[in-house]
Amino acid sequence: MADTNNQSDSGQNSRLTWEGCSVLLDINDGDRLVFARLSPAAKLKIGNNNCSLQPLIGCSFGSVFRVETGSEGPYLARFNSSSEGNVNNVQENNGFQSKEESRDNRELVDDNKAQSLTGEDIDAMRREGVTGDEIVEALIANSATFEKKTLFSQEKYRIKKQKKYAPKVLLRRPFARSICEAYFKKYPVRIGFLRVDTLSLLLSMANVSANSDVLVVDMVGGLLTGAVAERMGGVGHVCSTYVGSTPYPMEIVKIFNFGNDICKSILRSSLDDLSSSNNGTSEQIGQHDDSLIVKGGLNNDQISSVCAEEICDGSEIGKSNILLEDSNSQVLRNCKSVKAGQKAPEEFIKFWKENGFSSLVVAAPDLDAWTLVKDLLPLLSSSAPFAIYHQFLQPLANCMHNLQLGKMAIGLQISEPWLREYQVLPSRTHPCMQMSAFGGYILSGTKICNV
Amino acid sequence: MLAIEPAKKLSFTRCISDGDLVIVYERHDNMRAVKVSEGSVLQNRFGVFKHSDWIGKPFGTKVFSNKGGFIYLLAPTPELWTLVLSHRTQILYLSDISFVIMYLEIVPGCVVLESGTGSGSLTTSLARAVAPKGHVYTFDFHEQRAASAREDFEKTGLSSLITVGVRDIQGEGFPNEFASTVDSVFLDLPQPWLAIPSAGKMLKDDGVLCSFSPCIEQVQRVCETLRENFTDIRTFEILLRAYDVREAKLEGCQDDSSVSVVALPSKKRRQRSSEGSNAQETQGSSIAMARPCAEAKGHTGYLTFARLKCFS
Repeated sequence: MADTNNQSDSGQNSRLTWEGCSVLLDINDGDRLVFARLSPAAKLKIGNNNCSLQPLIGCSFGSVFRVETGSEGPYLARFNSSSEGNVNNVQENNGFQSKEESRDNRELVDDNKAQSLTGEDIDAMRREGVTGDEIVEALIANSATFEKKTLFSQEKYRIKKQKKYAPKVLLRRPFARSICEAYFKKYPVRIGFLRVDTLSLLLSMANVSANSDVLVVDMVGGLLTGAVAERMGGVGHVCSTYVGSTPYPMEIVKIFNFGNDICKSILRSSLDDLSSSNNGTSEQIGQHDDSLIVKGGLNNDQISSVCAEEICDGSEIGKSNILLEDSNSQVLRNCKSVKAGQKAPEEFIKFWKENGFSSLVVAAPDLDAWTLVKDLLPLLSSSAPFAIYHQFLQPLANCMHNLQLGKMAIGLQISEPWLREYQVLPSRTHPCMQMSAFGGYILSGTKICNV
Repeated sequence: MLAIEPAKKLSFTRCISDGDLVIVYERHDNMRAVKVSEGSVLQNRFGVFKHSDWIGKPFGTKVFSNKGGFIYLLAPTPELWTLVLSHRTQILYLSDISFVIMYLEIVPGCVVLESGTGSGSLTTSLARAVAPKGHVYTFDFHEQRAASAREDFEKTGLSSLITVGVRDIQGEGFPNEFASTVDSVFLDLPQPWLAIPSAGKMLKDDGVLCSFSPCIEQVQRVCETLRENFTDIRTFEILLRAYDVREAKLEGCQDDSSVSVVALPSKKRRQRSSEGSNAQETQGSSIAMARPCAEAKGHTGYLTFARLKCFS
């Protein structure tokens, strides 16, 4: 039974970080999200401190770190979350669930006089090597109003001070989920406002799975290509196609910790190359046999000389929130690593022309859905499902209508996901006060045989 | 359903053969799963369809009955399966399923535990996500239901990826042999908080758990229990809004006449056939217009996710 669990290949399924590994650093519960590549030279700026990321190498994902001050300046130290003194403890104590809260805010006056510690006092404490937690305790002890606050505002106060004086860094695995959420939160434009639930629907509706050949149009920075490749685990192929002569950027793919197998499975081909003298599909149907299976090892020599280039070097990771440093540092992880998004070899293109792709996923915010789908649909094998994402409804409505008129597909449906998060606390459960009101539209359907 | 063996890669280009499972599509809201058997026939309101006519045709083909009626034969996918499977329990649908798989961070090679199995709607998608090397262990305390699920997975060709066990997970917890080996756990139980301590033992550090409950009171208790050993506890609700698309002619407002929207005679919108000829003659431009469907599912359940705290 444990054998099924043999995830020897480094990379995606590893639960420990390694040198050269891509990570998502969640600073202060999502206040800042930073993608970084771990190396002894990599540094992260937290507040005024520049901390080396070295201590994060070889740790399990999910670990929490705090900035501590040592003899050689501030450094990141592993923090045991069981001693975490925040809102969770209050909930565990749980006493106020039944106890009526008698305190309220009637006596709170916002005159800036409540705190008796000055900035100079705190700086002095820091110089003496007082820990962040101790500073927080000192601030609470010197707050004239703390005792008058309700339990909840006391916790709020504590958390606010902790964030400032004892920031914590949570080490997370870069998965489609966390990458999509991080971008959606900080740079939604770069991923065409594709929300994580919408992305998840695209993958399901297009039946993305191992051993398939998925055609992708990704104008969302590589997020879609990466998410599809993650689902396939390096078995089968993702073909990222593009209109014109320049492939669309796929920087985000580098953030996923893809091993060579998965990188190798991500190929690119222009739509012209895929469509030229496109006669295969209908004639070849039924000629399936094992000889059509393409060997994975093709063109190994060509690809293997390319080096990973997106290494986080010693230069600081600055104020901006999402970064993946692009610089030529010496800390190359693995010079033999394969670069994702190689040009699809002729054999593959021929194979796809003859057999058709097994599904299609499109996220092209700047292209007209129908113009694109008209050219893409013939590249699919019949009965292949597809899912088209767009921020606007009209292009999809038009596309759906044309597909119906042309009798090119069935099971057509435009859907819009709605996602609401809840705050769940004893006697205080309700939907979150802020929510994303829009996650885009999806047109899905199944291609049919036009004979 | 899935191309588990590389030899069956691109199963869609495979032609329908005797013994295959096909999805018979009449309309978007009328489908069923049929096992192709040389001598059999399918009978519906469109007439009698001989299976022998289907064999050798590619998936996605339109086939005709003795009376000239037609249906489409589609290759099964987990999404289509969810629409045609026999409901032995309430099932999970597309939006919840998709979100669960994404949020549980399930990728090929993962080991996943599920309870209860129910009708196997989610299980089918879980299997797709862990294929080809991972595995789904699913448990239901109802012996007959477990047996039916097993038969279904046999039928859909997923039995090498799924093991169905009969076990009361609320009462006994998950089997100890899985301790610390599991990537993700999914619970759809009436009292999920009873199973959470066991689920925590099964998960690897930083592994993700999801509990699906229709009622907020259940969510409340789940979250209280989770706080002990889990972190990053988040509860969501996800719904899908579907849109109707139809062609309509908008009359221009000339002079002072009022604006009006005139929908073309609404035929069955999905089976519009070749009446295109007279549409051209009418004045004004016809465009495709979309609006939300008037009825929708208002609630399925709350999804609570949490990550096992990492102490090592």
